[in-house]
Amino acid sequence: MKLHEYQSKRIFAKYGIPIPRGEVATTPAEARDIAVRLGKPVVVKSQVLVGGRGKAGGIKLAKTPDEAEQVAAQILGMEIKGLTVKKVLVDEAADIRSEIYLGAVLDRAARRVAIMASSEGGVEIEEVAAKTPEKIITVHVHPFLGLKDYQARNLAYGIGLPKEHVKAFVKIAKGLYNAYVGTDASLAEINPLVITGEGKLLAVDGKIVLDDSALFRHPDLAEMRDPDDEDEYEREARRYGLTYIHLDGEIGCMVNGAGLAMATMDIVKLYGGEPANFLDIGGGAQADKVAAALRIILSDERVKAVLINIFGGITRCDEVARGILEATSTLDVRVPFVVRLVGTNEEEGRRLLAQANMITATSLAEAAQKAVAAAKGELA
Amino acid sequence: MSILVGKETRLLVQGITGREGSFHTAQMIEYGTNVVAGVTPGKGGEWAVGNVPVFDTVKEAVDATAANTSIIYVPARFSPDAILEAADAGIELVICITEGIPALDMVSVRAFLDTTNTRLVGPNCPGVITPGEAKVGIMPGHIHTPGPVGIVSRSGTLTYEVVYALTARGIGQSTAVGIGGDPIIGTTFLDVLQMFEEDPGTEQVVLIGEIGGTDEQRAAEFIASKMTKPVVGFIAGRTAPPGKRMGHAGAIISGGEGTAEEKIAALKAAGVAVASHPEEIADLVARNL
Repeated sequence: MKLHEYQSKRIFAKYGIPIPRGEVATTPAEARDIAVRLGKPVVVKSQVLVGGRGKAGGIKLAKTPDEAEQVAAQILGMEIKGLTVKKVLVDEAADIRSEIYLGAVLDRAARRVAIMASSEGGVEIEEVAAKTPEKIITVHVHPFLGLKDYQARNLAYGIGLPKEHVKAFVKIAKGLYNAYVGTDASLAEINPLVITGEGKLLAVDGKIVLDDSALFRHPDLAEMRDPDDEDEYEREARRYGLTYIHLDGEIGCMVNGAGLAMATMDIVKLYGGEPANFLDIGGGAQADKVAAALRIILSDERVKAVLINIFGGITRCDEVARGILEATSTLDVRVPFVVRLVGTNEEEGRRLLAQANMITATSLAEAAQKAVAAAKGELA
Repeated sequence: MSILVGKETRLLVQGITGREGSFHTAQMIEYGTNVVAGVTPGKGGEWAVGNVPVFDTVKEAVDATAANTSIIYVPARFSPDAILEAADAGIELVICITEGIPALDMVSVRAFLDTTNTRLVGPNCPGVITPGEAKVGIMPGHIHTPGPVGIVSRSGTLTYEVVYALTARGIGQSTAVGIGGDPIIGTTFLDVLQMFEEDPGTEQVVLIGEIGGTDEQRAAEFIASKMTKPVVGFIAGRTAPPGKRMGHAGAIISGGEGTAEEKIAALKAAGVAVASHPEEIADLVARNL
């Protein structure tokens, strides 16, 4: 789950990281009031959960409260990569002398949290990694020790930070690690961390992505979820405990198991089709969950055929069949179904579906080929 | 011969009285697995799933039954504690089925396990099966048959699919290991490949990977430099979009890293025959027999 910039920076501030003074506005008039209160030039920043806000015109400077109101009027309501801007952050503009990158991420290969710093702040770290990887300095944190001062100093000296800033940098790096652990993040970034004209370090932009598996112990953070972070189908799926990802193709896929769901999408593509979604009904799904999954798939108007691939283990094929019948009896189904049921209670599952006029398949390859043909209207 | 589990396995079930735990314990016993004990704090002294003695602590269970392997079915928020308890009691092999354990908890658990002799398989995995000997997991036992093919996989049902296709062609399996779909896991492809390479009962290996991380690439390096047995590979997620978590917490393409293409290229460069879809794996395996 992604947090907005303003949410991320507020969390950073709680962990002792200096951030600019600022507030969130939902109307141009509010933006004006905030600029008046700050009494300084401000920067008005769109709060949407995508990158590239600056390039899209979603971040603008304003020297006066009137200007703040004007640019807020331009930014609020604008579309950035398909998302409508509903909030802006009005921050005191910083006098930026140089920009640093500082981030914390889980390094899977090292099985540690890695803290990365770079003198190349203000650009995406992936870009720095691709072009000038030597400019990224990384330290790995032992979970029982936490980030030690010497490690943070290694980062500071490694990126050539002027020595008068090292002490403040160490405090910020440790704050970032503590924020990462404290929120169960999977990514926490300050980009850029700037050196100001007054000679201070300041986190002017921030980003936190939370580990969804840990949200149960952070109800306060879970409440911060922006509904725009997922589309309507994905939101509906989450309500039923389904994992659904909306794609652009025409073949709806319902599968049990994440790996098999991905492999099913791949084989659809291999035979010339395009998957409309990733959907994992999980292990041991009951009929109601299966029915919900099908409703979600069928509500996507681009879907021209549905491919159901179930390998029964904990999941019982007869339960899946009941779910299919439940969904198809209550919905106006206008697209063909290709069904493959293998494993636990497969005979009962097939018997239940025998009357339902569905295309069946025994192998996965056959199922995929039939689904592709059905989507083209080549199968009755 | 086989790896990790077999006739010598003396299994302890953590969370044996829960819905999942009791259901799968019955299935494992039916398959012939030697289940010697269960643990549920507060239910010590009771009996579960017929005649399996239940203990309050893993330590007591090990002392009383000489259990050497544990399987964990407890909910995600209690699983890290359960893994540590098993390791602390000297269990050699811990297999954690549970899905949804916070990643940072696993960072700590792994760091602790590195100081012990305990091997963890999982979490978020289907378990390990040595056909005809022991099933320690949630996989459907009947689709397996004993034979010379070792299987290692990040995915559950996808593995069943491959096993089913192999068995249908009369090709048996030495051991099938589900290493799990999480970002931080106890046993990696590399570890299992090493075991299969040393196992006289395994003649060739099937590796089933997916998008996310770089584990498959490191496996490819090992295959190229150290393995003498043939390896057949498959990578799921060629059509997965970047930045989306494809069900498994570990299956995400981030920062341009972990794509199916780079994994397939690495495996091919290591001499691995890579299948274009799951059922083709059986064809490629048959060619090596």
